[in-house]
Amino acid sequence: MLVRTNVNGEWRESDVWPGSSLLYLLREHLGLPGSKNACEQGECGSCSVWLDGELVCACLVLAAQAHEREVRTVEGLAAGEALHPVQEAFVETGAVQCGFCTPGFIVAVADLLEQEPEPPEAMVREALSGNLCRCTGYEKILEAVRLASGRMRIREDEL
Amino acid sequence: MSERVGERTREGVGVSVPRIDGVPKVKGQFAYGSDLWADEMLWGHTLRSPHPHARIRSIRIGEAVASPGVYAVLLSDDVPGSRFYGLEFADQPVLAWETVRYVGEPVALVAAEHPELARRAAERIVVDYEPLPAVIDMQRALEPDAPTVHPFGNVLHEVRVEHGDPDAEAEVWVEGYCETGMQDQAPLGPEAGMAVPAEDGGVDLFVATQWLHIDRKQLAPCLNLPEDKVRLFLAGTGGAFGAREDVSMQIHACMLAMHTGRPVKMAYGRTESFVGHVHRHPSRIWMRTGATREGDLVNVRARILIDGGAYTSSSIAVISNATTFAPGPYEVPNALVEGTCVFTNNPPCGAMRGFGAVQVCFAHEGQMDRLAAALSMDPVELRLRNAAATGTILPTGQVIRGAAPVREVIERCAAIAMPPETPTGMRDPVELPGGVAGNVGRGEGVRRGVGFAVGYKNHAYSGGFDDSSEARVTLSAGPEGPVAEIHCAAAEVGQGVHTILAQIARTVLGIERVILHTSDTLVGSAGSTSASRQTVVSGGAVKAACEAVLEDLFERARRDARLLASDLGVEDGFVTADGERVAPVEELLAQPIECTRVWRHAQTHPLDERGQGDVHVGFLFGAQRAVVDVDEELGLVRVVQLATAQDVGFAINPQSVIGQIEGGSAQGLGLALMEEIQLKDGEIANASFTDYLLPTTLDMPKVEVELVEEPEPGTPFGAKGVGEPSNVVAPAAIVSALRAALGRELHRIPVRPDDLVGLREPVGIPPWPPFPERPSREPSPASARVPRTGEP
Repeated sequence: MLVRTNVNGEWRESDVWPGSSLLYLLREHLGLPGSKNACEQGECGSCSVWLDGELVCACLVLAAQAHEREVRTVEGLAAGEALHPVQEAFVETGAVQCGFCTPGFIVAVADLLEQEPEPPEAMVREALSGNLCRCTGYEKILEAVRLASGRMRIREDEL
Repeated sequence: MSERVGERTREGVGVSVPRIDGVPKVKGQFAYGSDLWADEMLWGHTLRSPHPHARIRSIRIGEAVASPGVYAVLLSDDVPGSRFYGLEFADQPVLAWETVRYVGEPVALVAAEHPELARRAAERIVVDYEPLPAVIDMQRALEPDAPTVHPFGNVLHEVRVEHGDPDAEAEVWVEGYCETGMQDQAPLGPEAGMAVPAEDGGVDLFVATQWLHIDRKQLAPCLNLPEDKVRLFLAGTGGAFGAREDVSMQIHACMLAMHTGRPVKMAYGRTESFVGHVHRHPSRIWMRTGATREGDLVNVRARILIDGGAYTSSSIAVISNATTFAPGPYEVPNALVEGTCVFTNNPPCGAMRGFGAVQVCFAHEGQMDRLAAALSMDPVELRLRNAAATGTILPTGQVIRGAAPVREVIERCAAIAMPPETPTGMRDPVELPGGVAGNVGRGEGVRRGVGFAVGYKNHAYSGGFDDSSEARVTLSAGPEGPVAEIHCAAAEVGQGVHTILAQIARTVLGIERVILHTSDTLVGSAGSTSASRQTVVSGGAVKAACEAVLEDLFERARRDARLLASDLGVEDGFVTADGERVAPVEELLAQPIECTRVWRHAQTHPLDERGQGDVHVGFLFGAQRAVVDVDEELGLVRVVQLATAQDVGFAINPQSVIGQIEGGSAQGLGLALMEEIQLKDGEIANASFTDYLLPTTLDMPKVEVELVEEPEPGTPFGAKGVGEPSNVVAPAAIVSALRAALGRELHRIPVRPDDLVGLREPVGIPPWPPFPERPSREPSPASARVPRTGEP
């Protein structure tokens, strides 16, 4: 079946098997493997993307459900060479080890900070509890959230 | 020390340099094994055994072959060469043909245009199985009338360590029995790679792995190709923790690619990943610890039984480790430790972070707590009193020659500030065990406990293994100054070794620009990314290669006769003579300088019949203190704080070292509280992240970390491996805290809510299950003459 989706600002059309997930569409049809396939059950958050601005696990959404809708993925976050503040903070704080969970975390953290620029720690932990990381023990990820939150608010003030 | 070195070269050793693969990883541009793609690529799929033990009567593939989009259906007869592979012993069938020995054993392969077509075709393969009696309990495996997994019996390996007078009497004895469950490494990136047939009749394999060269050593004979026609390239690797030490999809993907003449990708889903790799050995440990009334350890007697599952994997090294570390990092004058690993029809067990040391740490630290209670001594004081040190004779007779700041890790850990006391009265429900969603009370039943544990492990390979790494370093003039290119096969699996290698090159060569070549088999073996060894061994190789490059550089410099007698060095891209800058490095690089060096650590030796020998090259020590809140009515736990001090030698990248310690602690917390592969008749009943629970942001507390830096002789910059000690001590510390909170014995990890509220009789209350007698003196499969990997 034909699916027409706006991905990171560009309309793309793909002929997919009707059972395909949005994750499969992104990874195997559109050449966007940034969103990761780690559990296929919506448990790990590695495939987090925005669908019409709402945070979803791309493995739990059918490709067909994204028809005529807007998808934003981790690949759409950096403006050219300039990293998104959340990406920058993950690199600086050591929040990345193997990096397989990282794209999902980056999207989830960016989503959180868009909604709540200065989240208290309990809210951060709750918001990120659907993203699994096996390497870091999460401490440096929480540090990255604090760093990005601070920087984004400063930049907001400067504008 | 770290700061002094750090000032000399920007981004050299001792500095928290951001990881060199960080930017592509945060942008989603880092290509992992499962992200690979090629024109005309097919998808591989594996059909696996549904039985723990069965004879294969026949396999019919006709319908599968005729399925749409299918390019190949392969069986054991299609294996081009040897039908067996294995890390140490080649005892594991590439594809089973007569017998299957565990649920999930590969039986057939399919290649198709689409992964779903491959899966559906595999469903049409008809395998006629005759189920056989299976042995799924490790103690049952040792009984004379138990079904046998292999023709030579169920003993995989046994080790006996006898030290001093094992019959030595003590004034005070404590006894304990404990069990640990089967833990999954659960790297976030499942097994994946892509095989591409090459024009020379060979194959190129891009794969997520821990050791490219040992994969190749196993692949080449099975593919019936000379090693130089099997070229492996490291794909992005989404974590490992031991799970990628054994071959998974490598041989299968190559077979399908060679058969179809097209690139073939295999990427396991999560459920398949659970059966597609080995796990941490479940264990049962019996221990008696004797001491004087003053608290000096006199004698430790232990029996260790671990379940190796259906094939050998790295079980021999795991049981050797468990046996040698069983008494703990203490002065123990007399000991008898007997370790046995058995075959069962459970999924194979092998390497996981901590590698045998995790299980015995849980046992020996439980014993230290029991001893402290029996002596009415402070548990930390008891550990300090018996702490090993440089010069200590271990139960293997090995004298600790390197750094052993055991007292210091204990003292530094114990001195870390405690978290604030629990407020009495109203509590924020978010901070209750179980959180808002899980705890229906108001904290009336919450008890706080503090526990402590000390543990140790070796770094690098042991027992006489020729453990080395090769590095090639090329120094050339670039448009913006001198550039060093490093070519080393050390697998970066997330731990950060590639960043470490670049830091070492910068420091030794006194330059800033370093390029890392892809890790592949076009350079010599770097050994495995396991056993906390890459920083030391591949770091050693890069350091040696850089030093050789410098020698060549200085030889060129000395063509200027004025420098003949000078003491040459490098600094910030300049050659220095007696501390004065004399020429930019690139002036001497009209021709690049290339040097390749192999680095070996000091020779180790196998254990003799009494378990004596200098078996390990160096030791890593860690201490951890856990503070927990337990709801004794609901059986819910909240770990409030983990505080840890670790002996790291010298932290080449402190941020990355702390990241390893935090991550290792998290995996230890998982084993203590939630992570266990549930086996039902040999089948994994919880092969998904819905049912196999990993710690989340709501489970992990902040880890307070102290680095103890006493340089280790004979390693680059005095560094020690850092990945494992926190994982070794965390489960023991957390359970110690739970016992303290509840005043209840807990002998099994993961601890379950039923254990905490006393609904279930805990294991470890005498009478314990008796230790089974060994049916044979001869360890298998060595005695059965199963070929060792690499032997013709």
